Order: sequence, then C-alpha cells, then structure tokens
Amino acid sequence: MDSEDDFNSSQMSEDDFAQDSDVEIDEGKDAESARSSSCDASDTWTVDSDFDDDVGFESQDKDIKPNKHAYEVDFNVFEPSQIQASQHKQIAEVSSILVQPPEATAILLRHMRWNKERLIDQYMEKPEETLESAGLGQDAATNPPKITKIQGFCCDICCEDGPELDTFAMRCGHRFCVDCYRQYLYTKIKDEGEAARIRCPGDKCNRVVDSKSLDLLVGDDLHDRYQELLTRTYVDDKEKLRWCPAPNCVYAVECAVKDRELPRVVPTVHCDCGHYFCFGCSLNDHQPAPCSLVKRWLKKCEDDSETANWISANTKECPKCHSTIEKNGGCNHMTCRKCRNEFCWMCMGLWSEHGTSWYNCNRFEEKSGSEARDAQAKSRQSLERYLHYYNRYANHEQSAKLDKDIYLKTEKKMQQLQSSTGMSWIEVQYLDTASHALQQCRQTLKWTYAFAYYLARNNLTEIFEDNQKDLEMAVENLSEMFEKPIDQLQGLKVDMMDKTAYCNKRRIILLNDTAENLKQGNWEFNVALS
Amino acid sequence: MAALPKRIVKETERLSKEPVPGISAVPHDDNLRYFDVTIDGPSQSPYEGGLFRLELFLPDDYPMTPPKVRFLTKIYHPNIDRLGRICLDVLKSNWSPALQIRTILLSIQALLGAPNPDDPLANDVAQAWKEDQSKAIETAKQWTAQHAARPTA
Repeated sequence: MDSEDDFNSSQMSEDDFAQDSDVEIDEGKDAESARSSSCDASDTWTVDSDFDDDVGFESQDKDIKPNKHAYEVDFNVFEPSQIQASQHKQIAEVSSILVQPPEATAILLRHMRWNKERLIDQYMEKPEETLESAGLGQDAATNPPKITKIQGFCCDICCEDGPELDTFAMRCGHRFCVDCYRQYLYTKIKDEGEAARIRCPGDKCNRVVDSKSLDLLVGDDLHDRYQELLTRTYVDDKEKLRWCPAPNCVYAVECAVKDRELPRVVPTVHCDCGHYFCFGCSLNDHQPAPCSLVKRWLKKCEDDSETANWISANTKECPKCHSTIEKNGGCNHMTCRKCRNEFCWMCMGLWSEHGTSWYNCNRFEEKSGSEARDAQAKSRQSLERYLHYYNRYANHEQSAKLDKDIYLKTEKKMQQLQSSTGMSWIEVQYLDTASHALQQCRQTLKWTYAFAYYLARNNLTEIFEDNQKDLEMAVENLSEMFEKPIDQLQGLKVDMMDKTAYCNKRRIILLNDTAENLKQGNWEFNVALS
Repeated sequence: MAALPKRIVKETERLSKEPVPGISAVPHDDNLRYFDVTIDGPSQSPYEGGLFRLELFLPDDYPMTPPKVRFLTKIYHPNIDRLGRICLDVLKSNWSPALQIRTILLSIQALLGAPNPDDPLANDVAQAWKEDQSKAIETAKQWTAQHAARPTA
C-alpha cells in the first residue's frame, strides 16, 4: 500500500504543479485535482471576446489535451457585465447588417431569441412583417421620440391637462404624460419583472418600448434593474448558457453540451463562486450518473425509500398470493385474508404440515416451508437490492453533511494547530485540502450507488464496483484520520497528504472509466436512458 | 385614505353623466373605489332579459393594474367560475392603463354575448358547452331565469 501511495502522490504533485502554473492564485482551490484544465479559458479570456467564437476555437483545438480527463467538459464562466458586453457586441454587429438603430435591433434579436441567422434571413425576406411581429414600426430608423409639451393635451391615464405637462409617445403616437409613462414602466419592471417585451401603455398597441425611450424616461435604479432583467432573458434564451444555481451567485456558465447528448455525457461545471453543478439539469454535481438516471433515482427515493424500509422490516408476503402482510399480534398461525392460505409466520410453511407442534415452529427443514421461503426471498430480492444501494447512497449523503461540519471546524483546527505546534499557515493547508477532497469524493461515491442500482450485471459492472470499493476505502481511511485529536495531526501530515492524493486519484480513475464507457455506450442499464 | 386620484373622479363623473346603455356602476359612499355594477344580459344571448350584479374594485395602483371584477349573480358561462371570477384577457395580461371602467364593463358584456369554451375557467361548463351546445345554452337560460330575474317594481 505504501508504495502505491507514494507512486500516486508523486503523480499528483505533478498534476498540482501543472495546474498551479496556469491557474492564477485562487485561494486554495489550485491544489484541488478536479479543477479542470478547461477552467483556463475562463481565466484568460477578455471582456471583448465573443464567447460563441471562443468555444469554436477551443473545440477545434487538439482533441487530446494531456491534462484533460474524460469526465470533464469544456466550459466558461461569465459575470453579468461580460454577458452584457457580449449582447452589445452582437447587437452592434446585426445592427450594421440590418441598417436599424441598435435599440431596434436589440428588440428584433430578443424577439428571435438571439438567433442571428434566422433574424437576418427573415428580415431580408420580409422586413415589414418581421418588424411588425417584433413590436416595432417600420419607421424605427427616423427621428427618435422626444419628451415634449403639447397644447390642449389631456393624459388618458391620469386625466391631467395643462400646457406645462411633459408628454411622451413612441412612434405609434399613443401619447401620455411623462409621470404616467414612468409609473407604467416602474410597475412593469419592478412589480412584474418584465423587460424584453414591455408594450406601449396604449390599448391594444403592440409597440415594444425600446431601451432608448426607456433611458429618456427612467432613472438609474430602474435602468439597472431593466438591464438585469434583459440579461436574464438573454441567458434563458441561449441554449448554451445557464445560470449558476447557487444562492446569490450572479455568474452564468457557458457549455456546448446539448440536451440530446446527455445520455452520453455528464457535464459537470465549476462556477467561479465555487459551486459544482451539472450543466444538463442544474442539480448539484452528480457524476458519474447521467441526468436521466439521477432524475429517476431521486423520484424513486422520494416515493419509495421510507416505505420500502418499513415494508422490509415489518412485513412478509403470503407464500401463496404474495400479498404483503403485517403481523400485528396473535399467534404464528396466519390466515391470509385475501387467499385464505394458512401458513406459519415463522417458517412460512403450510400450517397443515405443522401437526401438533403449534406455537413452536421447529420445522425449518420441511419442504413446503423452504420453497415458500425461496419464493419469498426472490420477491424480496428486488426490494433488498434497492435498499442496499439506497442505504449506501443515503449514508454518503449523511457523511458528506458531517464532513461539511468538519470542514467548518477545519479552519479552527488549523489555527489551533498553528499555535500549538508553531507550524505556519501554509504548512497547515493540507487539512483544508484534505477536507475538500473528502467532500468531493463523498459526493461522487453517493452517486456511484444510484448509478450502480441501474447497472446490469456484467464484467464492466464488476470493474466499476472494484473502483467504487477502492475509492470507498480510501475515503473512509482519510475520514478516520481527520477525526484524530490535534496533537496527533502534526505527525500525520505526510500520511494525510498521501491519502488525500490517493483519494483524488481513485476518484479520477473511477470517473474517467465511467465517462469513457458512457461516451462509447458500453454500459448496460436495466432501464432505458431517455 | 389618500385623496382620490383625478382619474377616478373623472371616470366616476362620466359614468353617471353619460351612462353606457345596459350598464350601471355606482360607487359606495364610504369607499369610492368600490362599485356596485349591474349589466343587462345582451340580446340574442342565453342571458337576455337577465340583470347581472357584479362588484368592481379599483386597487391602489389603478390604473397601472387592472380593476378587480367579480360576478355576484350566479351565471352559467364557460369563462366565469362558481365564485364569479372572470377569465378575460383585458383583466389580466392585456390590461392597458388607457383602458377604463366603462371599457372593461363593455368587454364583460361582450363576453356574455360570445362565450369562449376553448379558453375555459369553469371546466365543467366548458365541457358541457363543447359536447352539447344547445343543451348548455338551455341551462344558461334556466339559470338566467332563476338567478338573474329583474326585481318586479
């Protein structure tokens, strides 16, 4: 074991080195082996770059990067200002092609859900209809609307009049006083969360309020909210973009994996906020199980696990009709209420064969009894099988929670260790690294059980289970070490670092193996992957 | 309560000065945003001859948000449910602050004349309407006679 540990740890440190060199100081994350090489893109790209092009460039790159693992996918993380910049860039580009002002182009693009090609095609073919259906008039390009005072005007919304009243109308001519217009936009944006398709307040008017008109009418706070909502629609409209689901996270992740590829790949992405999630379904990282299995498994657990546990613990099945029976009192002489079969609760054999030895079943060797137990065993097998996987899944979930508590205590531990042993802050970082590794491996292990539940039995499955066992043992070893009192931790440093590296390595091996086979469609599942 | 906005004052004035034929809307003395409404069943509809009572309330942010309207008289109609709630686009997504109480009530009257079982609120009624229209119309007439009879004065 020692030699293998050493081997692995030296491998790891090479990995670490390679990553350290390209990930600029990234508080402690750099040592994490799972940090994908594809993160590099997010560290190096600039605000002006159009991310559509970036991906194309990257996928054309040599397909085998030495330090990219099979279970990793390419992705980029963007912050809101970058998403906004990218919208502006696309708007400017299309604007010059269509010869429409930017604010009108923006409305057209949103109307077409940011599909540039389709917009250009459609616009070239029938410009009037395209403008009309997007909520723009045909005169969008000429003299922009202004705030003006008009003699004898009476606002249809507030019924105010007077020569000093500021009024506004878009080119549709529905004129209202500026206060009402502003109030209207405020209600739409703040209360209704509407931005991309705010229509003219006039009755049955389809004209969409453009950003230029909006700028004339509203202040900065509303304008910011408006932009935020527009960005939200943009990300929702783009298939390749997805918001990070972590609470309060403002980043969006771009990944080229499409819905139809999901049975073949589990696209886990790592947001800059630190959250790992699946690009396919937005759930927490669930490698190695594909999205459809995860969905199925979660549903099953929601419906079944508690019930199944109870059934398994408290009931038996009638040996004749297989009805589930709970014995709620009385003797062992059972009469099935459904099929009237009489049997012994202890041995499940026919009661008629019990003779006079009632209430004292000692007839284990009887034929009918053992047959009935066989049948029972078979029907219970599927339940037991499920519970086997479920219990392990739930166990890792629980342990991961506990490990998280430990993680929260780690910082304190690290400080204690520093003061009691005189080690420096950098020297105690191994604890943090170990706790990270522990949580990540538990997360993976948890999902290996859901994955395994749906696997058909064959050689591949056995290899998978061996990998799973190795990872499990490695994790338990490390977890145990973590619980040791402070005074022992210093002496365990080297051992702990080795174990951490080993855990990470085992995790990578397992994930690589499953991802490769998933990609090639080698796994045999006992359900259909949808 | 804050002073009544000019818009509501004007609308109320106009409703009493130039009433819409077949429609009346009178505000309560103690709450000028709450109206008692009656609508005559349109002619050549199953609701003909009936007098339908409704309540109408103007929320604080009216006219930015639509008025709240509800039937008080029981009515057999695919777009009006048992509680009298009305499924009408201008009361929801197609509301425009340029619309008024009178235009909304006219839309409701028009809805009585043209039931739309394809966009139902009362599912059972809509179902009956689609399966056997003449029978549904008959039921609607019966309900009108039973619940929406004019007070004989």
